[in-house]
Amino acid sequence: MVPLSYYLVLSGILFACGVVGFLIKRNIITIFMSIELMLNGVNLSFVAFAARWQQLSGQVFVFFVMVVAAAEAAVGLAIIIALFRTRETLNIDQVNLLKL
Amino acid sequence: MFHLILFSVFGAICVAGAVNLLLQSHPINSALSLVVVMGSLAVEFLLLGAEFVAAIQVIVYAGAVMVLFVFVIMLLNAGVEERTSGSRVAWLLGIPAVLAGMVIVCWALLTHSNAGSAAIGALRGDPAAIAQLLFHQFLLPFEVTSILVLIAIMGAVVLAARSQTVERSKREG
Repeated sequence: MVPLSYYLVLSGILFACGVVGFLIKRNIITIFMSIELMLNGVNLSFVAFAARWQQLSGQVFVFFVMVVAAAEAAVGLAIIIALFRTRETLNIDQVNLLKL
Repeated sequence: MFHLILFSVFGAICVAGAVNLLLQSHPINSALSLVVVMGSLAVEFLLLGAEFVAAIQVIVYAGAVMVLFVFVIMLLNAGVEERTSGSRVAWLLGIPAVLAGMVIVCWALLTHSNAGSAAIGALRGDPAAIAQLLFHQFLLPFEVTSILVLIAIMGAVVLAARSQTVERSKREG
């Protein structure tokens, strides 16, 4: 028996790591990976609550989150490729056309 | 007890992978530590009885999505991340705010939560049970996600295809 709060704390730590990576990383691919890390943290809390309340809907919701994440990864990486073609950099500090 | 030991070991691997993702400066190392995070998360899912979710976590996330990431990293020949000063506000305000929020949430969960506990094998999320739910109660969302995936495929092809107008303008300009 593991208390549910342990799972939620692990999920929170993963989410916080994702947010920190999103803030401090300068490489657009690594930022994208931080987003995936946040989604994984949320998935863990979905599954933990599903086990706690004996509801399989939580696991079905994780399935939907994974589908959306896969679609997002495909489109996002295509955008990164298009970005690299036009600007020839992966550093987000150099992608500042809309900046004042 | 056994459950707690497995949870702690794979939770520690998970957090170590996530921290390593932040510390590495080369994207390929970050991608490989993300694979470690996803693999150990699959074990955590198995401990919670989510067999189907653990399987698709390995197949879709650690398999397909990460292959896509590694492929793009190699395609674009991404090198070591350049250290720029970045956004100073993110360092000075964002990181302490995230850490403070995380500590408060963890403290509240660990001391004031009576959310109960999750026993091993209490709920079995085997493919048959998931499919029963997915194709009856969640049929409409399931069909909508199929349209989403179709649109994502078309969007990825359109975005990643070499645009002819850009080529022409490069040749002329």
